[in-house]
Amino acid sequence: MSLVGRTRPVVPNAISAAACAHCGARLAPGQVRFCCSGCEGAHGLVAGLGLDAFYRRQETEAGTLRPETAALALDLAPFVAAERDGVQRLDLVVSGLTCGACVWLVEQALALEADVLSARASLATRRLSVTWRGDAGRANDLVRLLARLGFRAAPWSPACLRATEDAEGRALARALGIAGFGAMNIMLISVAVWVGGDMGPSLRHGLHWLAAMIGLPVVLVAGMPFYASAWAALRAGRPSMDMAVSLGVLATAAMSLSETIRNGPYTWFDGATMLLALLLAGRVFDRAARRRARQSVAELLALQEGLVTRLLANGRSEAVPAEAIAAGDRVLVAAGERLRLDGSSKAATLLDAAATTGESVPRAFAAGDALPAGAVNMGAAFTMVVSAAAKDGSLAAMARLLERAEQAKGRFVAIADRASRLYVPVVHAVAAATFALWWGVLDAPWQVALVNAVCVLLITCPCALALAVPAVQVVAVGALFRRGVLVTSATALERLATADHAVLDKTGTLTEGRPVLLPEGQDDAVLARAAGLARASRHPLAQSLARACPDAPLAEGVHEVAGQGLEAGDARLGSPGFVGLPPSSDGMTLAFRDGDRAPVLFRFADRMRDDAPAAVASLAALGLPAELLSGDGEGAVAALAWQAGIAEWRAGADPVAKQARIAALMAQGRHPLMVGDGINDAAALAAAHVSASPAGATDLAQTAADLVLQRDGLAMLPATVRIARRAQAVARQNIGFSVGYNVLAVPLAVAGVVTPLVAAVVMASSSIIVVLNALRAGKD
Amino acid sequence: MDILVYLIPVSLVLGLLGLVGFLWALRSRQYEDLEGAAARILFDDDPRKETPK
Repeated sequence: MSLVGRTRPVVPNAISAAACAHCGARLAPGQVRFCCSGCEGAHGLVAGLGLDAFYRRQETEAGTLRPETAALALDLAPFVAAERDGVQRLDLVVSGLTCGACVWLVEQALALEADVLSARASLATRRLSVTWRGDAGRANDLVRLLARLGFRAAPWSPACLRATEDAEGRALARALGIAGFGAMNIMLISVAVWVGGDMGPSLRHGLHWLAAMIGLPVVLVAGMPFYASAWAALRAGRPSMDMAVSLGVLATAAMSLSETIRNGPYTWFDGATMLLALLLAGRVFDRAARRRARQSVAELLALQEGLVTRLLANGRSEAVPAEAIAAGDRVLVAAGERLRLDGSSKAATLLDAAATTGESVPRAFAAGDALPAGAVNMGAAFTMVVSAAAKDGSLAAMARLLERAEQAKGRFVAIADRASRLYVPVVHAVAAATFALWWGVLDAPWQVALVNAVCVLLITCPCALALAVPAVQVVAVGALFRRGVLVTSATALERLATADHAVLDKTGTLTEGRPVLLPEGQDDAVLARAAGLARASRHPLAQSLARACPDAPLAEGVHEVAGQGLEAGDARLGSPGFVGLPPSSDGMTLAFRDGDRAPVLFRFADRMRDDAPAAVASLAALGLPAELLSGDGEGAVAALAWQAGIAEWRAGADPVAKQARIAALMAQGRHPLMVGDGINDAAALAAAHVSASPAGATDLAQTAADLVLQRDGLAMLPATVRIARRAQAVARQNIGFSVGYNVLAVPLAVAGVVTPLVAAVVMASSSIIVVLNALRAGKD
Repeated sequence: MDILVYLIPVSLVLGLLGLVGFLWALRSRQYEDLEGAAARILFDDDPRKETPK
């Protein structure tokens, strides 16, 4: 039963008094064992199934498993595939699946259902395949069971498929396998030739033929990724490192073949295949790290991608993808559902537009108001008349803004390509000149001239330079990944290293994006009664009130007055106006009146992340002074800026204003780092020199950002800047080293004094030096 | 040196066997869930159920 070798549980084995017994989140004062009723239910469910072993094995991030109280928004039955004999199969993408124990819990909990035939979860792809016998509608029960355990599930979508069906990655791995096989076997033969001093020429000739028979196909097959990319670069008319690699490898192989045919003393098949193997290994690792990053973005997209319930003229409803809805259609928006389209409603509605506008409190919309896509329905279900199809709506407009900004960023060129722009033509010119010199001027036979020219290519053989930057990238991206920072763009680290200004969003970035009750000496009994009412609502303020007093039982007979508040008997909880008080200016207030007693006000604040001031200070120390850019009102922004130690702030900024501010900074020659989480930040994120999103960010923001901070908070941001800068420094050292090495070695090769043995030793040692140096890039 | 006549083919055949094994594993997608496989091997309870009751 024990989990050998796992010594780093994020959730302590013996659940301490301060952490929730199910999800491991920190408990608020007054909470016992569980952080919310959902976790309490989940814990009971796990124990009831006899699966408590889960808690001894679990090593998930604290808080990820907190079950949502909202009902299942999506009917999964249409996604079920019927197999033979009445067996149903459903593929899901599951969030919260972060450790082996989660895989075990999910599989075991599903397998305990009587009709479930098999359940198989994949930790790497977050994919769950479940089969059962019976009705397709059972899918909803099974997903609800997962939701009660704290796992959110969505149908496995084409977006996930694109991210995980990594045909190119498999091709690279196959090429690596072949190159590795070739390199090792040819090396074996080469060593025999090198050390076999008493070897006769005929035996050596035979061994060379053997090496050629292994080496030629390996060079042709395993080098394909490089040849293809070099060919593409050649046709586009730009130099690339792959061209240097391809030419070096092919010329080496051709030369070795010619040496073999005329029974010369040396062949270089070992060098060619070893170089391919090393470079392919780097690509495979790099790709694996980026694939993880892309995948977590795709996972988010899948969870949020959804169907829309269209109401038909005959009163029936059907679930269709949002793209199929046209302007004028009527759709049903369930409680808690995200609006996928713009529209208007005949009823008053309460929407949480935090993702699109950055407002931290839900806003009441009157009947007929334009409702923005991207907002979440916090009130009762309503019917919406769609005003624009998905492709013409406000979300699409935002996406176009994003696209334009991204194109502007696409012109940034990676350091390796900048280096190769000079390097590739120079080296090829030197090789050509060497051939001309020996053949034309010194009148040597053409074979000798060619050997010397190839020796130039060999010794400069982009080994060191080709490995210089990718090796650093792989090490730095891997180190960041272990610290919970996903790097989604190949040039992100370079751009981050040069950032000199930080622009931070407020809600969800500097703050937790979740209001908390301000302790102002409320009467416990009153608080408990109010929390009992609040428990019935999805409004964020009500939910924070319920969280502040988790033991309060749900009050009886609560009903919701849309856009106003809650009523149970003669007790009322809601906006100040609802209980007969003057309305409050900042929206972060709930009023409660119990019968004839004096009304009580509960005030809330969106709490700043604990690590925010420290992160802001460290960024400033690194030369990135911070600036606050928020869609919220002036008062809240100024207060938070002061609290976080930020001197410069701007309030009331809409997406266009945010992007404009970034553009203004860029025009001044600054290199801004933008950190944001909302749909409203996406365009600014894409426009900025470099950008980051916290873990809870919206899908659009995560897609636009170069870095995704997987763990809560900003604490990793300064460390990421330091790693990026260190990686840049190491990459520059590596390039400097390989250029210096070439300057020394090329004259020797041109002069024809380099024997292949010397070339091989020098080449290998230069590569090793570069790789060893790259290992330093991961240190903070 | 005659020993090479045996040793080299043997080493090549073994190497090829390894390569074929690797390609087969790649094709049958055994590299798709490396983390899951690493964790799964440590759970020693039997699968609760493989066949329907």
